[in-house]
Amino acid sequence: MADDNPEINLSEAGGSHNEARRTFLKQSSLLTAMTFAPGPIVQAAAAQFDEKVAAAFEKVPLKLEVNGVKHKLSVEPRTTLLDLLREQLHLTGTKKGCDYGQCGACTVHVDGNRINSCLTLAVMQEGRKITTIEGLANGDNLHPMQEAFLKHDGFQCGYCTPGQIMSAVACIREGHANSEGEIREFMSGNICRCGAYSNIVAAIQEVKNGGQKV
Amino acid sequence: MNQFQYVRPTKQKAAIDALAKDANAQFIAGGTNLLDLMKRGVIASQKLIDINRLPLTKIESQNGSLRIGALALNGPVAEDRLVLERQPLLAQALSAGASAQLRNMATVGGNMLQRTRCPYFYDTAMPCNKREPGTGCGALEGINRMHAIFGFSDKCIAVHPSDMSVALVALDATVLVSGPKGDRRIPFNDFHRLPGDTPQKDTNLEQGELITAVEIPDAPFTKHVSYYKVRERASYAFALVSAAAALELDGTTIKSARLAMGGVAHKPWRLTAAEQVLVGKPATEETFRQAAEVAMQGAKAFKHNAYKLKLGPNTIIQALKTAAAA
Repeated sequence: MADDNPEINLSEAGGSHNEARRTFLKQSSLLTAMTFAPGPIVQAAAAQFDEKVAAAFEKVPLKLEVNGVKHKLSVEPRTTLLDLLREQLHLTGTKKGCDYGQCGACTVHVDGNRINSCLTLAVMQEGRKITTIEGLANGDNLHPMQEAFLKHDGFQCGYCTPGQIMSAVACIREGHANSEGEIREFMSGNICRCGAYSNIVAAIQEVKNGGQKV
Repeated sequence: MNQFQYVRPTKQKAAIDALAKDANAQFIAGGTNLLDLMKRGVIASQKLIDINRLPLTKIESQNGSLRIGALALNGPVAEDRLVLERQPLLAQALSAGASAQLRNMATVGGNMLQRTRCPYFYDTAMPCNKREPGTGCGALEGINRMHAIFGFSDKCIAVHPSDMSVALVALDATVLVSGPKGDRRIPFNDFHRLPGDTPQKDTNLEQGELITAVEIPDAPFTKHVSYYKVRERASYAFALVSAAAALELDGTTIKSARLAMGGVAHKPWRLTAAEQVLVGKPATEETFRQAAEVAMQGAKAFKHNAYKLKLGPNTIIQALKTAAAA
């Protein structure tokens, strides 16, 4: 079960020549950066030093599953799950709205629970199962929530829609769609600037009351 | 976001050691506030120690208390059977915070370590003694409608944003921490600090210390409780003012009471003097008004937050009325 609970400790690499060389590079480029930018805040160094600092913060191996597909990746620690999905896996259905956890456009499911993918690091999701909007439909058959959003005009511009739909599916699965008030409360993390809220609520109520499996 | 090293220990001791030996390292749990701050350049950790694989998620009943692991998530805690049964005030406060998505990420330990949402703290172009000691407080003479009315200093008038912490301070919780020097227990009211001359320090945690759990002593506050939160929209906003009220009633007489406020100070604001006013009195609006009056003694407003001098007592009265009627 080692894979379920992997321990990463890059700072204490040792052993092979490669690792020793990497450790040396890390230290020497950090020292270079720190010479020009003394004090604790190395990251404030001017852009010209970024490449040198970058060598010290190498990529981390990452295994995770997205929409049923297993991926073996290599990512920079600062890559958010959102950026990994969009930039590296080219799953652009998940949207970047505010990038600060305020709008909900980036909502995905991790091991079945909805989260804001912009506020978690991809490396923190090692071994997890991610579902994005692309993973909701069954081939050409739309998910009942997608059908309901179409039927009720649950969107105008559509930018927040993938996040709204991921949240709406979770809202029903969690058992938080028992009344209009409860739906509004538990959908409050998804902002829609077009103001399609009443139609979104109608779509969720239809799916909930239809009793279909979501 | 700046670049950083990333480690993911699976043992508590390894996590504590990693932090203790590196002053520029930080723990990351849910990440909902830390990554937000790192993206904005407010915080620039050199190393993140991911503690999410530590076994600290359990919620368990102990002899005389409920123990909640520091890595238990806010959403699941708010709906946990034990928490709902024994500490419904905590469940209400947690449910009032953030959004469903964020509650699925944020941990109990991380919630109490949230930084202020003062806009001057968040804006790196502005002076802020909390972010950069010695640069001054932008809010003091600036836009201060969200700011403190109690316990502030001329160095910082920010408020603590956590809802959960308001309930925990009212419930006499204890924070369990583990560090290089061993384990210790911090009463919740001593966990957060007032700004004084060192607003950069939000809490009394020491370098290398890890929050492992929070313990809430059993108390007769299982029915008449209310976390009443006033905000600028119906959901998913920080409190302008909030109040946590818990009453033990004997008929209509108040046997014991707990009261705390949020959105008014640099720490969750326990109101022990107002609690004393309530004890032995009938649970009526008149009693609640007297308690609210005592609670507000010493409050002082700035240019834009005088509304809190009225909203404060009204919120307390409303919380007490709701608790009594529950």
